[in-house]
This record gives sequence, structure tokens and C-alpha cells, in this order.
Amino acid sequence: MAAVQLRNIRKAYTRDHYVIPGLDLDIEPGEFMVFVGPSGCGKSTLLRMIAGLEDITEGDLHIAGTLANDVHASRRGIAMVFQSYALYPHMSVYDNMAFALKLAKTSPEEIDTRVMRAAQILQITHLLQRKPKALSGGQRQRVAIGRAIVREPKVFLFDEPLSNLDAALRLQMRVELAKLHQELGTTMIYVTHDQVEAMTLGDRIAVFNAGRIEQIGTPLALYHAPRNLFVAGFLGSPRMNLLPCTLDQSSPQGARVNLVGHHVATRRDAAGQAPGAALTLGIRPEHLSVVAGPQPGAIAARVDLVEHLGDVLLGYVEIDGIDQIVTVKLQHELPLGATVYLLCDANACHLFDADGHALPLLES
Amino acid sequence: MFKRILLSWTPRYTLLALVGLFTTFPFLWTLSTALGDSGNIYAFPPQLLPSDPTLAHLDEARRAIPLDRFFWNSVWIAGWTVIGTLLISSLAGYALAVMKFRGSKWVFLAVLTTLILPSELNFIVNFITVTQMKLTNTHAGVVLPLLANAFGIFLLKQAFEEIPAEILDAARIDGASEWQLFLRVALPLATPSLAALGIFTLVATWNAYIWPAVVLQSPDEFPLAVGVLYLSGTFAAKTRVVAAGTVLTILPVLLLFLLAQRYFMRGLDGAVK
Ligand SMILES: Nc1ncnc2c1ncn2[C@@H]1O[C@H](COP(=O)(O)OP(=O)(O)OP(=O)(O)O)[C@@H](O)[C@H]1O
Ligand SMILES: [Mg+2]
Repeated sequence: MAAVQLRNIRKAYTRDHYVIPGLDLDIEPGEFMVFVGPSGCGKSTLLRMIAGLEDITEGDLHIAGTLANDVHASRRGIAMVFQSYALYPHMSVYDNMAFALKLAKTSPEEIDTRVMRAAQILQITHLLQRKPKALSGGQRQRVAIGRAIVREPKVFLFDEPLSNLDAALRLQMRVELAKLHQELGTTMIYVTHDQVEAMTLGDRIAVFNAGRIEQIGTPLALYHAPRNLFVAGFLGSPRMNLLPCTLDQSSPQGARVNLVGHHVATRRDAAGQAPGAALTLGIRPEHLSVVAGPQPGAIAARVDLVEHLGDVLLGYVEIDGIDQIVTVKLQHELPLGATVYLLCDANACHLFDADGHALPLLES
Repeated sequence: MFKRILLSWTPRYTLLALVGLFTTFPFLWTLSTALGDSGNIYAFPPQLLPSDPTLAHLDEARRAIPLDRFFWNSVWIAGWTVIGTLLISSLAGYALAVMKFRGSKWVFLAVLTTLILPSELNFIVNFITVTQMKLTNTHAGVVLPLLANAFGIFLLKQAFEEIPAEILDAARIDGASEWQLFLRVALPLATPSLAALGIFTLVATWNAYIWPAVVLQSPDEFPLAVGVLYLSGTFAAKTRVVAAGTVLTILPVLLLFLLAQRYFMRGLDGAVK
């Protein structure tokens, strides 16, 4: 178990453009840290800098308390699992896993014990003599993880390890990774594009945008209290509805906003905002409820499309005056084209100011 | 059904057979000349099936010149050329493909430029160099100038570039030094290209005539290709014996080529895709 500390880490590939313009991050020993963010925001770059595959332009990287900037990748006590598996095609599964130990001049008995134990954990004992090209995608990924395990690293680095697998296998491997983390208790840093992986695996999630961390916290904290528009829109599937509105009235009970003529009550503190200020109302699909008839506070909408996702029923509705589709989690089927009335749960409404910062929730 | 297949395949195979005949024609002609014993050698169109086939000319060629000695000279020269070429091409190719250094593009461009120059142009410079190094009439003089070969460097650079960067990264994390990376990961993954380059170099050096003939003066040092032409001096008129010698020269490398053909094809596959 080891802590990883990043102090003002910067990365530039070309002289004047910083891909990562300065980043601080503390990862606790044994923590499962997930990096998410849009494509090209620098997640892989950061992971590769921690691994020692990419130079750190500026700043300090500490692994287990020691400055690791100039330590060779093989001596940082890390192991990395790549999206493409990156197995050695000319070596058997056994040799793939034993390679690092052989290079480190570990005794053959010790190599054998470690490889066998890792193979057992991952249930690939029967594959040990095969070459990678004779394995399925899921089996290859297990071998790649096995190769990381045998080195008994202080920190595991994963760069989208499951994204080449089909949905069923991804689920299975996700569960196994969670178990693996429980068993080994090793610090893990995990890059993913998958919302579910991020929410279920992470002790904490760091949301990246353009080389910066927008917010970092437990999955539920990020989900329920996004600090800004970016995080609110990025986490959650289906996405949070983000609707432009203006401030109607600020009161100690919470701000009331004007959404194309409808008044929507929230529990947000808009004391710093002038009446009429442009805001963004954020509300997740599960916090909108559909009522049959018009009633105070309910917003009329027209049903555009209903999607059955098995366990969930999603309605896509249009509100006059708002030129985007609003997503609602439905309890029961609705006829297309029908007019429905939506109620917002005041406790679950988010408000963002013109700069995209979330307005604080009022204590009750 | 059968008829349709026959109809669609016949033109294809006729064409392939024609091209095949066209390319092997000089060899077949030589073979027929070497084995035949009557008729006009220079008749046109030539006889591709020997009349009165006999092994007498092969035997005569074998007795007329020290074939054994020539053969071992060939093996020695070709062997070292192949080993040296593989060594230098893989080292240079790896450096250019994987170890990005300042100016590597220019170095590669310079290497490629030498591909454009006709090799005869090098003979003069190389001969002067070899003379200055007092290596004339030695096998080293034949081999050394051939080792740094632009085509080989190019072929292996391509091969190394095709290795996914993540595999090399994984090996770095696993603790491989740059040498171990080269020897234990990159080289094994480039075997098809190495095999192709090896066979290609072998055939080229085995059959090379002008350069060894320029460097070597004493017949004791001659490789087969040079030594066999020596026959035309001794037996000025006996064209059939010279042809027999030629057949004997080509035979070993032809056999080897047939055996290794599979690797050869696979290697070029990867290189030109
Ligand atoms: N070797 C390189 N040279 C120059 N720029 C690079 C290099 N590698 C990455 N970049 C740039 O750095 C930025 C971050 O890339 P990175 O691969 O870290 O993104 P990412 O967050 O991992 O994206 P994805 O989710 O698509 O994997 C991108 O804009 C990319 O173009
Ligand atoms: Mg990436």
C-alpha cells in the first residue's frame, strides 16, 4: 500500500502548450482512484507520467513518500494494464507473467509460486502454455492483469482496461477487479470512460477537463453535489437536464427561478445573485415526476419518445420555449404526443451561475 | 457447376503459367543446355526439353574446376554477409524506429538516398577503400562494404515500427533495459522480416559476380559465381559445361530458397502492407 502525491505537476509536449497545466492530487494508500473525463483531456498522459513512461515537465511526483520523478519506470513499484493488453505475442502466458521477475533475476521457484498464485486468482491456470493469439479478449485481459499482479506492485495503473470487451464480459471483469482490490488492498488508479465502472469501482473519482481536475470526491458526492456545470453534465447516465432560466426571487427558503414562464422552487442559496440573473437549472431525470393534470408548479410538456431500457423507462419530452429535449425517468408508459405535467423535486434541483459554479444547498 | 469453375479459372491459370514460364525461362534454358547433348544450343526458339539428356557436362564441370573450394568460399562470403547485414540492419533499424533522437529523420533520409544510387557507382569508391585497407584479394574485402545495406535498414525499421508502442512500454515497466528490449522483445517480433532479409541477402551475395570478381584476384578465393565463369576461359567453346557449372552454382541456394520461402513471403507481407 502506498500513497501517490502529485504536486503542481505540469506536462508540455510542445514548448508553449501545456496538456496538463498544473495539477495537485493526493491518493491515499489502498485507495481505488478513478479518473474520468472527455477524450483528450490528459488522463492517459497523467497515468503515463505516474508510470514513468512520460517525462514530467514540472512538478513533483511522490510514490510511497519518495520523490519518483527521475526513478525508472521499473523501479517505481508500479504495474500498468493497458487498453490494448500489450501482451508479448511471442511468449506464452506463463512467460508473459514471468518476464518481469526473470529480468529482476528472481529465483525460478519464486517465479513459479508467484505466477501460479496469480493464475489461480484469475483462473487462467489452464491457459499458461498458450500464446496470446490463442486467447479471447477477456482471457488476454486477465493475463495482462496477471502480469501486473505477479510483480506485487505498490500501485496498479489501469488505462481503460475493459473498454475492448463486450458488455457481459465487462461486467464480469468489473466485479472481479473490485474483488481483486478488496483482496490485495493495493492502491489503484483507474482511467475509464464508463460511467458505471467509475461509480461502482471508485473510492473516489477525479473528473478531468482539459488537463485540470474539475472535482474530486466519492462517487455519490460527485453525483449529488457536482461543483460545477461540467461535472454535473459529465457524470450520470442519462445526463442531468441543464436548462437555462433566470432568477425570480431569492429567499431564505431557497431561490425560485423562472423557467420560460414557469416558477420552479429550489433549495439553493442565490443570495449573491441579482434578480433576473441568468442561471442554469440542473435536474436529473429521476428527480422529475410526471403528474396527470395541471397543478401549481407543474410544467406542461409533450412526449416525444419513450425508451424501454429493461429496468428503466425513459421519456423524452419537449417544453414550449425550451429548445432542448428533457429526459424524465417514467414510472409507466406514456402515449407519444401526449401532454404531461412535470414536477421538479425542489431538494434535488441544482442551480449554476453564469460562470457554471454550483450555488450552495441551503441547510434545512 | 464444374464447367463454370473451369471456365473462370482457365484464363487465370493460363496467364499465371505464361508469366511463370516467362520468368523461369532463362533458368530452364540453362538447365536444358546443361543436360542436353545434341542439337544447336543457339537455336531459336530454344529447346526447353533437353535432347539426349546426360549428366556428363555436370560431371565434366565438377572435374574441371575446384567446385568444393568455390562452394566453401561462397558459403563463407555469403554467411558473413548475411550475419553482418542482419546485425547492422537490425541495430540501425531499431535506433531509427524506436529510439527517437535528434536528426533521426535526416539520418534515415540519407540512408534512403543511397538506395537510389546504382550499386555500380559504389564499386569504384569501395574498391579504392578496400585497396587502401589492404583487403584486396581477401573475403573481408568482399564482405565488409556490403554490410551496411539501405534496403535492410529500411525493411527492419518498418518492422520495428509495427511493434505496438504499448508492448515496448509494458516491457520497460517490467524492467527491461534498452538492450533487453531490443534482444528479448523487438528482435523476436521482427523475425519474419529478419528471415526475409536474410534469404534475400543470401541469394544476392551467392549470385553476385562483379564485386567479388573485382576484389578477388586469386582463383583460390573465388566464390562459385565467379569461379564457374572461369570455366568459359578453360573451355572456351564448351558452352554446355559452363551451363552445367551455372546450374551447380544455383542449386544450393535454390533449394534453400524453396525451404525458407514461407518465411520470406511472410516477412515481406508485414514490410510492405
Ligand atoms: N506524444 C504526444 N505528443 C504530443 N501531444 C500528445 C502526445 N500524447 C498525447 N498528446 C496530447 O495530449 C492530450 C492528452 O492526451 P491523452 O492521451 O492523455 O488523453 P486522454 O484523456 O487519455 O484521452 P482518451 O480518453 O481519448 O484516451 C491530447 O490533446 C493529445 O493530443
Ligand atoms: Mg487515454
